[in-house]
Amino acid sequence: MNEIVNPGAGDRPNSYIGKSVPRPNAAKLVEGRGQFVDDLVLPRLVHVAFIRSPYAHAKIGRIDAAAALTIPGVVRVFTGADLARHCTPWVAVLAHLKGMKSAPQLPLPLERATWAGEAVAAVVADSRAVAEDASAKVVIEFEPLPAAVEMETALADGTPVIHPVLGDNLCFQRLNETGKVDEAFAAAHRVVEATFVSGRHTGATLEPRSIVADYNRASGQLTVYHSTQAPHMMQGVFAQQLGLAEADVRVICGDVGGSYGIKVHVYPDEVAVAVIAKILARPVKFIADRLESFLSDIHARDHRIKARMAVDATGHITAIDIDDLTGIGPYSVYPRTSAVEGNQVVNLVGGPYDFANFRARTTVVFQNKAPTCQYRAVGHPIATAVTEGLVDLAAEALGLDVVEFRRRNLMRDGSYPRTSPAGMRFEALSHEQSLDTLIAMMDYGGLRAEQARLRAHGIYRGIGFATFIELTNPSPFMYGLGGARISAQDGCWVRIDPDGSVVAATGVTEQGQGTEAIMRQIVAEAVGVPIERVRVISGDTLTTPYGGGTWACRGAGIGGEAALQAGIAVREAALKVAGAMLQVPPGALDLVNGEIVDRDSGQARLPLAELCRIVYFRGDTLPPDVPRELMQTRHFISKHYPFAFTNGVQASWLEVDVDTGMVKLLKHWCVEDCGRIINPLLVDEQIRGGVVQGIGGALYEHCIYSPEGQLLTGSMADYLVPMAAEMPDIEVGHVETPTQESLLGAKGAGEAGTAGAPGAVMNAINDALQPFSAKLFAQPFTPARILAALGKAPPG
Amino acid sequence: MNTRIDVSLTVNGERVARQIEARQHLIDFLRLELGLMGSHTGCEHGVCGTCTVRLDGRIVRGCLVLAASLDGAKVETIEGLSETGEIRDLQDAFIARNACQCGYCTPGMLLAAAELLREKPRPKREEIRDYLSGNYCRCTGYQAIVDAIAATAAARERASQG
Repeated sequence: MNEIVNPGAGDRPNSYIGKSVPRPNAAKLVEGRGQFVDDLVLPRLVHVAFIRSPYAHAKIGRIDAAAALTIPGVVRVFTGADLARHCTPWVAVLAHLKGMKSAPQLPLPLERATWAGEAVAAVVADSRAVAEDASAKVVIEFEPLPAAVEMETALADGTPVIHPVLGDNLCFQRLNETGKVDEAFAAAHRVVEATFVSGRHTGATLEPRSIVADYNRASGQLTVYHSTQAPHMMQGVFAQQLGLAEADVRVICGDVGGSYGIKVHVYPDEVAVAVIAKILARPVKFIADRLESFLSDIHARDHRIKARMAVDATGHITAIDIDDLTGIGPYSVYPRTSAVEGNQVVNLVGGPYDFANFRARTTVVFQNKAPTCQYRAVGHPIATAVTEGLVDLAAEALGLDVVEFRRRNLMRDGSYPRTSPAGMRFEALSHEQSLDTLIAMMDYGGLRAEQARLRAHGIYRGIGFATFIELTNPSPFMYGLGGARISAQDGCWVRIDPDGSVVAATGVTEQGQGTEAIMRQIVAEAVGVPIERVRVISGDTLTTPYGGGTWACRGAGIGGEAALQAGIAVREAALKVAGAMLQVPPGALDLVNGEIVDRDSGQARLPLAELCRIVYFRGDTLPPDVPRELMQTRHFISKHYPFAFTNGVQASWLEVDVDTGMVKLLKHWCVEDCGRIINPLLVDEQIRGGVVQGIGGALYEHCIYSPEGQLLTGSMADYLVPMAAEMPDIEVGHVETPTQESLLGAKGAGEAGTAGAPGAVMNAINDALQPFSAKLFAQPFTPARILAALGKAPPG
Repeated sequence: MNTRIDVSLTVNGERVARQIEARQHLIDFLRLELGLMGSHTGCEHGVCGTCTVRLDGRIVRGCLVLAASLDGAKVETIEGLSETGEIRDLQDAFIARNACQCGYCTPGMLLAAAELLREKPRPKREEIRDYLSGNYCRCTGYQAIVDAIAATAAARERASQG
C-alpha cells in the first residue's frame, strides 16, 4: 500500500474514494446546457444525407445526380468511387482469432450493396432538409441480387456467397475444448439439453450517431467532433485511412447521448464524412435519423446455441457442451471485429461453476443483414442465459432446489487464483458470498411461500436466478494482440494551477456513467485537495494522454489507477517544494485539504496556493536544484491477468398472465463484486441501467427481418424498448474483492447488469410456467411466444 | 416545399418573429432558428419524448408540432424553465439522485415531470412510472428518475405544510 494514499480508507478530510459524490457534469445536463455534436454549428457548415440501399443485396449501377445538383443549396453528390480516391480500405480481422476472414470495406461501396440500409451515395447541401430533398432526385440503378439472409443456411449449398473472394460465408470458427467431454456425457447420471436463441437487437442510443468533421487545408489539420467512446482510436483510424499524420488529426468528444458499445466502432458513413470534409475543406455534419440508426448502427446478439449439460448423482456438473451459431451481417466491423461476441460466448459459458469437461464451438457467418458487433456486455448475456438455463434444467432433473444446486456447483470463494475449463484466469471471485447476500436481500423462503399460495389462486409467479462472471479491465490480450490499434493502457495528467486548484486530463471518456466524477474523486483524494477544486477534462485527443477510451468496463479500473498514480505524483512533487520552502524533509509533511501540514501533528504550515505562487511567479526564491514539477502524467495497464473478472448474481420475481402471455416484472435484485467501489451511487445506477438494458433484450427488443432481408422494425414504434411503466424497482447489493493489480483495486461495473438480467428473467418465466410444463429458451420472450409455449397460440 | 410563413410568438418570455418554412417542426425551429439546443431530437415521430417542450402551458412533442402553426403561441423550453427557477428543486433532485446519466433525455424528462407534479402534486410511484411512459431513457433504468420525482413531491409537500 502506498504510504501516503490508502484508497477507500476514508480517514482524511478529503477522502472521497468510496463515497456517493454527485456528478459535477450533471448540473449542465439538467439545464439543457450539455454540448452534444448536433448542437455544434460552425461557419460554412454543410450537411450530409446518405442514400441507402433499399435491397439486402444489389449491384450498384449508374448513379445520376444531375437533377439533384440543380437544387439551390446542394453542394456535391459523392459516390463510392469519388471517396475511394481519398481513402484506403480496411479489413476487420484479428490475428489471434485464427482463420478469421472478412472483406475490404470503403466509406461507400464501389460495386455492390450488401445490406438494406448500407449507404451508397452521399448528398451534401447547406441544410439537412435540402440534402434530403436532393437525395430524392438522385437516380441509382440497382440490380437486385439473391441474398443470404438466414444464418442457419449461410453455409449451405445454393446460398449466394456474399464476398466471392472469400470463398464462402464463413467468417470465423473456434472450438474450445477441455477434458473428456464425450466420456463425461456417456457416464452422466442425467443429461439436460435445450436450444437457446438470443434475438438480434441493438443499442438504440437516444442520441443517434453524430459527427462533424472539419478539414483546414491550409494547416493540414482534420478536426472531428464525434459522439464516440474511443477518440484516440478514431484519431488513428482517420489518420490511417485518409493518409494523415496522427498529430494532424484531432478528435473532440463532448457530451455523448448514450453509447453502450454502439459508438466504439468504425462506421463507413462516418469515415465518409471525414473524407468529404477533406475533399471540400470545410465542416461537414452527419446526424443519423432514427430509421438510419436502426438500419446502420451495429446490431448484436443474433445467436442460436445448442447446449447440453451432464450431471452426476450427487448433483454436480460434470460437463457442458455447446454449439453456437451467429450471423454478423456482410462485413466484420472494424477494428474490434464481429467474431469477438461468439468468441466471448465460448469463453464465458459455464464460467461461475466448478467442473472439468467443456466443449464450446462458435461458428460466425456472413449474411445480408446489418453488421453486428460489440454491444454492452458482449457475449455475456448469451453465455449467462445458456449456462443458467442449463443449470435450472439440471436442478429440475435432479429434483433439487435451484439455489441448492448452484451452491453445490459454484466455484468456492477461497479457491482462487484458478482457471476455468474455458481457459479464463480468475484472480479472486466471490460467488458464494454474493449468492448468500442475494438470498438474504430477497427473502427467498418468503417468496417461495408466496408463489405456492398464489398458484392455488391461478396466479403464476416465478423466481429466476442468474449467476455470472464479467470480463473487465482488459489487457492487450483482447485486441492489441491481434494487431488492432486499440489501446489497453490509459493515462492521466494532473496539474496544480497557481491558485491551488487542480486540473486532470484522462484518456478514458464520459458517456454519462460518471467517468469525470470518479476521476475527480480519485484526484482530489490523491493530491489532497477539496473535491470542488478539481476539474476533469476528457474526450480530446489533443489535450488528454493517449488512451483507449471507455469500453469493456475499463474506465474506473485502468483510467482510475492512472489518475490515482498521477495524483500521488503531484502530491509528492508539491511536498518536495514545500520541504525546501519550510526547510524540513518532504516526508515530514503532508498535503491535506489544500494545505501543507505537518504529517504527524496535522498542524497547518502553508496553503497550497502560496506554494504555487512561489513556484510559478517567484521561482527565483527557491534553491536552484529543487524540482518544481506540479504537473505529472502517469499511465497504467493490466500486467498480471489478461482480464480482471468480476462476478455477481441476479434474481427476477415476475408474474406471467397465462391467458395473455404478458409478463409483469415485480422485482429484481443484483449483487455484484466490482472490487473497490469508488462511488456507490454511480455504481448502483450502472447496475440498474444495465439490468434494464438486459431486460429489454429478454422481453421486447428484436430487429426482425423479412425473408428478403428487409428490416421490419425500423422505428421506435416497431422496435420496443423498456419504458418506465413496465420496469421493476431493482435492489442492488455489493461484495468488494479489490484486484491486487492496482493500488485502487477497482474493476468494472457497467456491464454486470446486462450480463445477468436476461438469464434471470428467462428462468423466472420458466419457473412461473412450471405447472404447465411449458418452457421458453428463445428471446425475446414475447406474449405470442409464451402463449405458443402454453399451447394457446400457434408457434411463430 | 419552401413556402415560408410569417409567425410571431413568445419563446421563454422573449418575443420572436420569423419567416418559418411551412414544413419545419417546432423542435427544428427551436434548435436551428433560435439556437435553443437544450431540447433534443430522438425519434422524430413522437415516441421517445426527448423533444418535449411546453406549448401554451401544456407539454407537447416538439417533433409533432409545425412551427408555422404557432402564431401568437407561448413556448417554454428547458432553457426558460432553468432561467426562471421554476424547476430548480426538481433539477437538484435529479443531480442528487443521479437521475440523469448521458443527459440526452433529461430536459424532456424534466418537462414531463414538472407537468406531472402540477397535475398531481403527490403522485404514487406507479403513477410516476405511468406518466413517464412516453419518455425513453436508455441509461438509468428509470428507478432513479422515479425516486427524484417522488423526493421532489415529498419536499414540496413538506414545504407547503411548514
